[in-house]
Amino acid sequence: MTMGMTMTQKILARHAGMEHIEAGEFIEASLDGVLGNDITTPVAINILEERNIEKIEAADKTILVMDHFIPNKDIKSAMNCQMVRNFAASRKIDKYYDVGDMGIEHCLLPEKGLVVSGDAIIGADSHTCTYGALGAFSTGVGSTDMAAAMATGKAWFRVPEAIRFELKGELPKYVSGKDVILSIIGDIGVDGALYQSMEFGGEGMKSLSMADRFTIANMAIEAGAKNGIFEVDEATMAYQNGRGNKTPETYKADKDAVYARTIEIDLGKVEPVVAFPHLPSNIKRFGEFDEIVLDQVVIGSCTNGRLDDLRKAANIMKGKKAAKGTRTIIIPGTQQIYLDALREGIIEIFIEARAIVSTPTCGPCLGGYMGVLAKGERALSTTNRNFVGRMGHPESEVYLSNPEVAAASAITGRISHPEEVMK
Amino acid sequence: MSKGKAHVYGNNVDTDVIIPARYLGASKADELAAHCMEDIDKEFKKRVEQGDVIIAGLNFGCGSSREHAPMAIKASGISCVVASSYSRIFFRNAFNIGLPIFVCAEAGESAETGDEISVDLESGIIINETRNETYRAQAIPPFMMDMIKKGGLMAKIAGEKEDKR
Repeated sequence: MTMGMTMTQKILARHAGMEHIEAGEFIEASLDGVLGNDITTPVAINILEERNIEKIEAADKTILVMDHFIPNKDIKSAMNCQMVRNFAASRKIDKYYDVGDMGIEHCLLPEKGLVVSGDAIIGADSHTCTYGALGAFSTGVGSTDMAAAMATGKAWFRVPEAIRFELKGELPKYVSGKDVILSIIGDIGVDGALYQSMEFGGEGMKSLSMADRFTIANMAIEAGAKNGIFEVDEATMAYQNGRGNKTPETYKADKDAVYARTIEIDLGKVEPVVAFPHLPSNIKRFGEFDEIVLDQVVIGSCTNGRLDDLRKAANIMKGKKAAKGTRTIIIPGTQQIYLDALREGIIEIFIEARAIVSTPTCGPCLGGYMGVLAKGERALSTTNRNFVGRMGHPESEVYLSNPEVAAASAITGRISHPEEVMK
Repeated sequence: MSKGKAHVYGNNVDTDVIIPARYLGASKADELAAHCMEDIDKEFKKRVEQGDVIIAGLNFGCGSSREHAPMAIKASGISCVVASSYSRIFFRNAFNIGLPIFVCAEAGESAETGDEISVDLESGIIINETRNETYRAQAIPPFMMDMIKKGGLMAKIAGEKEDKR
């Protein structure tokens, strides 16, 4: 008798053309998407050129998003984008997104319907696992895998086993998907799901917005996971309705699917948390830390740069001013999110609150450009990593939180619970 | 057989300290190697020699998918990495670009930076000659071994392309 399969295993089996696969097995799967950005794609192009590989089998599936160092911050980043732009043109890759059309890749792909439920997608960016929120299999790889996948439309995988997260209850006020995933990483550690799939389901899922789900799936990599994936429900289908021209396919785990372990999460008991330097697992609850004065607050990124995130932050900042001495940077995830936020009056709230609002970019999240920290400076950010030197000087510090905590902290100039400013 | 000095680190050595994002404008291995390990170990660049070995703890290479990280390590002259465990993407990237990596927790328990280490890349036998200790790394899965023998992922694919012509 064969064992039941998890969601991820079912998607991979279908894409490998197999009836049944099991954890630990090596398979080759056909892909629905191959993603690269302005940092990882140039390396992939070099790899193809070294091997004289001209033909790109997966040209129609390749998606190239210039988002890390654009609008170009220096000559090197300009040369990188030029290289990718020329490559896209010469290999007839239509899905090329540059200044004016771009967005932070993991916000952009779901928004444009370039990835849908049931897809198998790889991306040369570790946060490619974001699309698991849609019930797709998506995982981060390096540039060699990207080059090979562009050339063949396929990738090899070791089939992962899964941890099942059974969600119940509803999130309290000022608590969001970010707190759920930071709490999980705090519990299981930054290698707590190494090589595994994190599968989310259960009746509590209903209370999570799509933005919450994207945030949770996005940070599966911070627990070491291969992918994070959510069951597909009405909210997933409603989100996908009218975006792009791909047809979503729904996969469900077998009733007898085998999990490495099951973790129950009562969403009602999740609190706002802050990840302290220098690991996302180093979380503390309010009351567990002393005053942390901030030089900078960043609200945005592939983790928390969606309209819902900006809306929540604006709700906290409305009619208030960011503290002097705390530089506050807001980054909408895509052009569309920027426009929607503008039309809703959210951008106005931020600017009146002394925050600056930027074009979409990954810049500050990885200390690339804009918002780079000096020696000894501290930032609270809604991004995904707080490693040594992540946002600038190796002796700077990054703290991670949800958008409401970040917004409240911008107002007070120190890490603060939203209740403190919303009294 | 590779032979060199050990460079020893702890758990969760991430890709941001292996090659900080401020240097990611570069896409060639030599340019990246100039800044390898800079944010965790300023002496690494001065100390490292051809054949040296990095020995580390759990979850080595966690963080970004940047292949720049194993590229920078390999171009620095490091012959192989020995760690208790690896982040998934780093593990994959290392095999794909031909940087040998071994899983062996014991090797890191007593090793100190500067120890003389020899590694048999075929068998995974690791000898700390300074401490007169021998370890055996976990066997590399047959699928990965086959890929290494074919010369890595791209060599395999380029070969397939040639066959079709």
